[in-house]
This record gives sequence, C-alpha cells and structure tokens, in this order.
Amino acid sequence: MGDAGRVPRDPRRAVAGSLYTLLRTVDVAVEAQGLEREFKGAIKAVAGIDLAVDAGEVYGFLGPNGAGKTTTVRMLVTLLRPTGGRARVAGFDVARQPAQVRRRIGVALQEAALDLLMTGRELIELQATLHGIPKRAVRERGAELIERVGLSDAQDRRVGTYSGGMRRRLDLAMALIHEPAVLFLDEPTTGLDPASRLTLWEEVRRLKHEGTTVFLTTQYLEEADQLADRVGIIDSGKLVVEGTPSALKAQVGSPHLDVTLTSSDGAAAARQALGAFGQLRPPDAGCHVSVAVREGSSAIAPVVRALDEAGLEIASLELIEPTLDDVFLAKTGHHLEGEDAAEQGERDPYGEEAPLVQASADGHAPR
Amino acid sequence: MRVTIALARRALRNSLRRPQLLAPMIIFPSLMLAVNVGGLSHTTTLPGFPRVHGFLDFQLAAAILQSLLLAGVQLGIAVALEIEGGFFDRLAAAPIPRVSIVLGRLLAGGVIAIAQVVYFLVAGLVFGAQIQAGAGGFALVVAIGAIAGTGFGAIGMVLALRAKNASMVQGIFPLVFVVLFISSAFFPRGLLSSPADAVAAYNPLSYIADGMRNPIIAAISPSAVLEGLAAAAAVALVASVLSVLALRGRLREA
Repeated sequence: MGDAGRVPRDPRRAVAGSLYTLLRTVDVAVEAQGLEREFKGAIKAVAGIDLAVDAGEVYGFLGPNGAGKTTTVRMLVTLLRPTGGRARVAGFDVARQPAQVRRRIGVALQEAALDLLMTGRELIELQATLHGIPKRAVRERGAELIERVGLSDAQDRRVGTYSGGMRRRLDLAMALIHEPAVLFLDEPTTGLDPASRLTLWEEVRRLKHEGTTVFLTTQYLEEADQLADRVGIIDSGKLVVEGTPSALKAQVGSPHLDVTLTSSDGAAAARQALGAFGQLRPPDAGCHVSVAVREGSSAIAPVVRALDEAGLEIASLELIEPTLDDVFLAKTGHHLEGEDAAEQGERDPYGEEAPLVQASADGHAPR
Repeated sequence: MRVTIALARRALRNSLRRPQLLAPMIIFPSLMLAVNVGGLSHTTTLPGFPRVHGFLDFQLAAAILQSLLLAGVQLGIAVALEIEGGFFDRLAAAPIPRVSIVLGRLLAGGVIAIAQVVYFLVAGLVFGAQIQAGAGGFALVVAIGAIAGTGFGAIGMVLALRAKNASMVQGIFPLVFVVLFISSAFFPRGLLSSPADAVAAYNPLSYIADGMRNPIIAAISPSAVLEGLAAAAAVALVASVLSVLALRGRLREA
C-alpha cells in the first residue's frame, strides 16, 4: 500500500489538531476508550467501555451489583491492568504512566480499607507521608482534614472503634490529603445509615463546588440523581446509556399525575377535564385517571381546580416522575434496584459483585 | 526512604498493638527452652558434644532461631491480613515506590528480630548462661539474628503475597519446626543420625544457629561466625529479592 492515496497533511491543521488534543486533555479528567478487563476463563467483567468525564464534573457510575463498576474503577486508579482499550486519568495513561496517575488521584475504595489498629490521626498522617507532603505540613494538613470531616474528637481513637460512617469519612479525608485533581469514590455510602449518607453527600457537593472532579460509583439511584452532573449506566460490563439525570429521565417519558376519585361514577368526567392538561394514560381502574403533565409539580394546582370545578371529589393524587430506574429498565429490560446480587452470578476476584460477562467469539459481551 | 521508615514505624506499632501475634514468638520458644534445658541437660556429657558452660548456653541459639522463624510466619500473617482487608490496595494506589512496601515491612522485621535476640540473651544471662565472647559476642549474635530475622520475614512476605490469605500462611507453621529440627539448632551436627546429619549440612539454619552459638559458648571462631553471617545474609538477600518479585507478580496479576 505504501503512501499511495495518502493526502499530504496541512501543517496548520496539524497544529490545530495538536492544540485541540492538548485542550481536550486538560478539560477531560477521565477518559476511556474501549476499556476492557478479561479474567481467566474468557470472563469479561468490563466489555469495552467508552466514557469521558470533564474536569470539575461529578460523574455518577451507576449499575447493579456485578455490573463491572468496581473493576472499571480499579483499572482507572491503576490497581488493575486493562486487557483491552485504553484510559487516561488527569491526562495520563493508566497503563503507561501509572505513577503520574497515582499522584493526581484520590481513591476511596469500597468498604473503606483502613488499618483498624491505627488511630485516625496516625492514618491520615501516614497517608500524607505516602503522598510526599512535607514533614512540617503533615500534621497541619491532617488536622485540617480531620476537622473537615468532623472526626476531631475521635482522631486519637483506634479506627477499629469507629462506626461505619466515621470510617467512610476518614477514608474520604485520606483520599483528599493531597488535594487530588480527580477523586474516585467507589460506593461510598453502601451500608451507611441515612444520616451518614447525607453527610457524605454534603461533602461530595462541597468538593464539586471546589472544582474537584468526582468519579462516583453507586448502586443507589437517588445518590446518582442527587449528586451527579452526568450519569453513566453500566450493565453486564457495558455502558448502556449516558447523560444528565434529567435528560435520561426525559428520554423515557414525562411526569404524570395519578388521580384516584372517591367514586368511579365521575371517571368519564374526570378524563374529559384532565384531557386539556396532556395525554391521558390508559385507565387501570374505574376510579383511577392518569394524565401526562410536562410541567411536573406545577400542574397539580390547576388539575385540582379543574376537577373541583367539574364537581369531582379526589381521594388521592400522586405526581409520578420517571426515575433512573425507569431509564435502566428501558435500556436493559430489568430493574436496577431490588435485585439480589447473589442471583446475578459469581463474584469477581475483588470482592465486587460480579456477574461476569462471558465473552462471545467477537470479543464482545452478549447483550 | 521517608516512606519506607513511615511504613516500618507503622508495622512496628501495629505489632505492639497485636500482642496475640507477638506473644507466641516469645512464649513458645521460651517454654521449649525451659523444657529442653530441664530435661536434656545431661546431653552435654555425650561424646562429641562441644565443651559448654551449660546446656542453656547451647540451647539459646536454638530458641532464638525458633523465635525468629515464628516472627517470619507472623509477619506473613500480618501482610496477608492487610491484603484481605484491602489496606494493601491503599498502599498500592499511593504514589510510592512499590519496593518500599516490602522494605518497610522488612525493616520492621529486622527491628523486632533485634528485640527478640536481646530478650533471649538477657533471659539466658538472668538464668545463668554466660556469653563467652563478651560484649562483642553479644553484638555478633544480635547482628546475625537481625539479618536472619529479616530474611525469615521476607520468606513470610513471599508466602503472604503468593497465598493472599492469612490461614494459608498460618498453615506453614508446622513446617518451621520440620526445617528447624533437621538442622544443628538443637543438637550438634555430629550427634545427628543419618540422613538428618546430611540434610543439616545443607540447611542454612545450621550455619545460622552455629554462627550465633559460637560467641555464646566459646571465644569467637571467625569461620563459624562468618559462615553464620553469610548464611543469614544469603537467606535475607534471596528472600528479599523473591518478595519484591512476588509483589510485582501480585500487582501484575491484580
């Protein structure tokens, strides 16, 4: 073939291309192309993931147990070598420049891997030393972060005496000790009580406000919905859909109002009154009327007035909005929440979850 | 170096906070020493037995070696627990030279080994043993013990990195005694019957034991001490290299 047919490259275009690549590198905090991880026995835990997380963004990586979230994160934080594709974090290739990647990331892995024999202060100071923070600054930086996560009173207690929430907060503080450009949080609230979960959510919001890129894996829909600027949904090792939570939910339908009347006699009149607000949905009971309302909650008052004017008495009224679970259902055919992880398959070697995807002949996971 | 020292300090502190792992390496060899000295003291009159001040003096090296080997197993268990608990991943994800993870542990192992040797020598002196080579001999025993202890720690680390779970590392505990009994740690090589005497001739523990024993029971014999130092250094060097390779292998497999 040689050079036959090759178009000579315009130098101006080449410069523009390089500049674009440079700017893109700066803007994109996490980037993966065709990222794969295959384990022994041709088992693919991650089967070709493409994603890009912008700097300063909170990216929610959502999926059920065993979907491949932790395996993906372990590759991105250089704890696991990809068997296919490539990934860059903070501008560096995870396979070729792992040391540079490690310097720029903070990692809080699943189930807070802490040394239970050490005190909170000892641990955070050790972490500071591991990240090359100058000796004189170690104590000050450690104390600052301990205070930030509300562990000042417990800092001289052994971590083994901490509650789950305290351990998670300490884990987060340790991940932040060197002010990382990109923070990986792997299921940070799994197993936490609601109060501890809210505390961690607040901290993630604060980090976003400070401009830290956060790559957050979670199996909780609400968590992704509340925290993430964009959500990537992973199932069976593949990214099935990606977008902002609102855009994803809009893809599967608009909100609708479910109205239950006190008597089925008024159903026809109610359907007539509500028809003006949007498309009526099929009735599933005599006294039940459902109508799509694009305006969401702001449609409630006019609907109530219209029914009142029609002389109809309402037993109950509920605004149903699409959830990320609806998105998951639409894209995968099954629900995200409420599934038993144990039913999904064997666990992967990292304690993740894991129905690992059997690779097909073309190297792609079957859908 | 700063990271290695920080990791060594952590390992040392944790050893002190886990007395259930620390105690057996002192209590068990101490009891065995007491039993052996109490019941076998007349063996010093056997033909071929070296001239010694007492059987306790002769057995001190065996107790030290036994304790150091147990410490190696305990170090392996500690590393395996770290792998199981996920803390090892935290270290692997940190921007540090991976070799410092191994070196930090081994440095702590060396310091613990010094404390073990000093304990047994002091205990021996308290109960009537004599160190014939004096303070210099004392220092030589400590030096050989520290190097050997570091090597045994490295062996424990290799096992932990390969096995990845604490119970499997614990399972090698009986092997420690098999290897120790087929050396000249408890009895002079000349009094061992075949094939144990032949195996003992190739067992590096024999040279380490004899190297530590020599300054205790007699004036320093350069050949015995140098052989002891060389055997300890060889074990430490080979095991340390193997532990670094095992670490690399584990991180590659991960």
